Amino acid sequence: MQLDTAHYDEFMVVSVLEDRLDAAIALDFKDAMRDLTCEAPPRVILDLSKVRFLDSSGLGAVIGAMKQLGATRKLELAGLNTAVEKVFRLTRMDSIFVIHSSLASALATRGPATAGQAHAY
Amino acid sequence: MHIEPIPHSAELTEERGVGNSVELRLVFPCTQANVRRALASIMAGLGAMRLSEDDSSTVELVLAEVLNNVTEHAYRDAGPGMIELHLKQGDAGLSCQVIDNGGGMPLNTPPQGSLPNPNRPLEMQPEGGFGWFLIRQLTSDLTYMRCSSSNILSFRIAVGQSVSRTVC
Repeated sequence: MQLDTAHYDEFMVVSVLEDRLDAAIALDFKDAMRDLTCEAPPRVILDLSKVRFLDSSGLGAVIGAMKQLGATRKLELAGLNTAVEKVFRLTRMDSIFVIHSSLASALATRGPATAGQAHAY
Repeated sequence: MHIEPIPHSAELTEERGVGNSVELRLVFPCTQANVRRALASIMAGLGAMRLSEDDSSTVELVLAEVLNNVTEHAYRDAGPGMIELHLKQGDAGLSCQVIDNGGGMPLNTPPQGSLPNPNRPLEMQPEGGFGWFLIRQLTSDLTYMRCSSSNILSFRIAVGQSVSRTVC
C-alpha cells in the first residue's frame, strides 16, 4: 500500500499511489489512514487521481477513513477518475464528501507544501 | 486472442462464439488476490467487445462485486473454494453466470441492496452493504438458484450493444 502525504499550514494531502482501491487492500488502506491522520489538521484532502478502480470495499474504506477523523475534521476528495466517480455517484456517497475536480483545484489558493513524505505499508 | 493463465487457477479457457461474439470461461480458487488476477484476465479477454470506457468500468465493477461476495460470504466459513465464471457477449449485452460451491444466500435470495440515507449523520453512515446495490443497479435479469451444493447466479450487463462488431 503506497500512500504519500504532504503537510500544509491548514491541511494535509494524502495521495493514494495505488492503481486499485479494492477489497484486497481496503482494510490496509483504512488502517494506514488512521495512522497517517491521527494528528491531522481539520482538512484532509485525499488525492485519488492515481486510482483507476474502486469497488464497494474501497468505497467503504474511504467512508471509514472519513469517520476516523471524527466530528472536528473533514476528509475531502480530489482527482476522481470516471470509474471512481461513478461508484460515489451511484451510491450517492458523493453528497457526503466535498469533491474537488483535481488536486490542483483543491490547492489553487494554497501555498506550497512544507514537507512531503512517502509511506510504504 | 490469447489470455494469460491465472496463476494457481485450475483451468482457464477462452473461445470465440458464433458470429464473432466473445465468450469466456474461467475457473479459479476464489481468493482476493485471484479476484484481482481474474478481473485483469477478463477485462483483457473482453477487449474484442470494444467496450467504451464507461461500459468497461461497469463490467469490471459488477464482476468485482460478485466475486468479492463469493470470497467474503459464500466461502467465509469453508475457506477458499472454486469459482466458475461464464461470460458471453450477446445482442443485449454481456450475459454472466457465476457458480460456486460455498454457502447459500440467506433466505435463498440475493440481497436487495438498499442504499443508506446519505443525509444521515456521518457517524451513522455504513461502511459496507453497497455491493449488492451496485450489482442490482448495473445488471438486468438477475436470477439466483441453489442447486444441490452450488450457487448459480445469472445476470446480464447491458453494455456494448451500440458498438459495431468488426471481424478481427
